[in-house]
Amino acid sequence: MSLSRSSIRAAAKFSVRPSALLLPRAAVCQTRSAATTTKTSDAEAYSLLVEQRKKRPIAPHLSIYEPQLTWYMSAANRVTGVALAGSFYLFGISYALSPYIGFHVESAAIAGAFATLPLAAKMAVKATFATPFVYHSMNGLRHLTWDTARQLTIKGVYRTGYAVLAATAVGSVYLSFFV
Amino acid sequence: MNASVFARSALRAAATSRTAVPVSVRGLASVATSQTAPATPETKKPLMKKFQVYRWNPDEPEKKPYMQEYELDLNQTGPMFLDALIRMKNEVDPTLTFRRSCREGICGSCAMNIEGTNTLACLCRIDRDTSKVAKIYPLPHTYVVKDLVPDLTQFYKQYKSIKPYLQRKDAPTPMKENLQSIADRKKLDGMYECILCACCSTSCPSYWWNSSEYLGPAVLMQSYRWIADSRDQFTEERKAALDNEMSLYRCHTIMNCARTCPKGLNPGLAIAKIKKELAFGSS
Repeated sequence: MSLSRSSIRAAAKFSVRPSALLLPRAAVCQTRSAATTTKTSDAEAYSLLVEQRKKRPIAPHLSIYEPQLTWYMSAANRVTGVALAGSFYLFGISYALSPYIGFHVESAAIAGAFATLPLAAKMAVKATFATPFVYHSMNGLRHLTWDTARQLTIKGVYRTGYAVLAATAVGSVYLSFFV
Repeated sequence: MNASVFARSALRAAATSRTAVPVSVRGLASVATSQTAPATPETKKPLMKKFQVYRWNPDEPEKKPYMQEYELDLNQTGPMFLDALIRMKNEVDPTLTFRRSCREGICGSCAMNIEGTNTLACLCRIDRDTSKVAKIYPLPHTYVVKDLVPDLTQFYKQYKSIKPYLQRKDAPTPMKENLQSIADRKKLDGMYECILCACCSTSCPSYWWNSSEYLGPAVLMQSYRWIADSRDQFTEERKAALDNEMSLYRCHTIMNCARTCPKGLNPGLAIAKIKKELAFGSS
C-alpha cells in the first residue's frame, strides 16, 4: 500500500520536476515527498488567514443537535413566554383602542361571543391558552428551584422536567375541560 | 532462639534493602511463532457500518460543505469513533482532516458532534447497529477551519479573559505554600478536571447565538473554579468582571452543557453558584 503510494508520488514528481530524472534512485527511495512551501512574511501570512476566515462556514447546529429534554423544554419555555406576553400585549392594546375603532373586547362581549361557539371550539380555545400558561408557570417554578442551585444535576433536570410535563398535562386538561 | 533471631533479621534485611528482594525482570516481547499460533485465525463475518462525515475544504471555499459517506468493517476497526476516523484517514481518504492527540480523553482535541451530541471521539463507542448511519459533524456553530477542525480562537481568548491563574494580594511568604483546608480543596472537585474540549460551550444554544459576548459554560466554570478557590484573593474582582448583562446572564439554565460533558462535569451548576453568589453575596 505505502509502496504503491510512494511510487505514485515519485511519478508525479517526475512529471513536474524533470531535474529529478537525473537522480531516479534518490526519487524512488523517498517515501514521503515534502510539501512544496513558499516563504511568506508575517504580514502576508496574517492577510492570508484573514482571507480564509472570511470564507469559513459555520458548522451546523440547531438542525443536527440531538433532540433532548434539556434544550427542547427551554425552547418551549421561551416560545410559550413570548406567546403569552404577546397575547397579553395584543389584548391590552386592542382594549385601549377599542372605543376608537368600535371594537368590543370587554369581558361581557368576549364571554358573549365565546358562548355562541360550539362545545368543541370552546375547548380548543381554552386548551390553546391553558397549555402554554400552565407549562410556563410550572417551568417557572422549576427555574426558581434552579436559581437556588438545587436540582441542577442531570438527574434533577430530568426529574423536574418530567414533573413539569406531567403537571402541564393535568393542569391544562383541567382548565380546558373542567372549568 | 539464636536461629530464629537470625532468621528474623535476615527477613528484615530482605524487606529493607531493595536489591535483596527478587524482582521479576520483564523480558522483551517475543514474536509468536507460527507453530504456537493457529494457522488461520478465526475470521469474523464483516460488519459493514456506514459513516457520514462533514467535509469542507478551505482550498475550495466556494464548494458548499457536504456529507461524505465512508463504509468500514467494524470487525476490523477499534471500538471508538476515533479509531474509525483514523482508519478512514489512513486507509480510505488521506484528505479527511480532524484533530486528535491522546486517544484517552485527556487532551480534548477530538471534540466533535457525533450522532447529534458533542463528545470526544476517543471516548465515544461506535454503535454496532449497522442499520443506522453514524453522522459526524464539527462542534456546532463554530467556524470550520477544515472538515472536523473548528476554529476555537474565540473560546481560548475568552478563557484568557477570566485570568485562569492564582491571583493574590499578599506578597508570597518565602519557603511557604499557600495552604488550604481539606474542605476548601473539596470545593474544586468537579471543576479542576475540565480539559477545555469546548464540548459544553458549543452545545449551548445561548453560546451559539451570543458567543461574541457570552462566555459560555466551560469558561464560566473555570471562572468559578478560581472564585471558589480559598487561596485566590481576587474573588470580588472576578465576580465584578462577570456582573454584566452578557458575560454570565446569557445562561438560561438550558443544561445542554452538563448533558454533553464527556468528563461528566456540571458547568450548569457552577454557573448557578456564580449567579447565587452575585445575588446573595458569598456563600
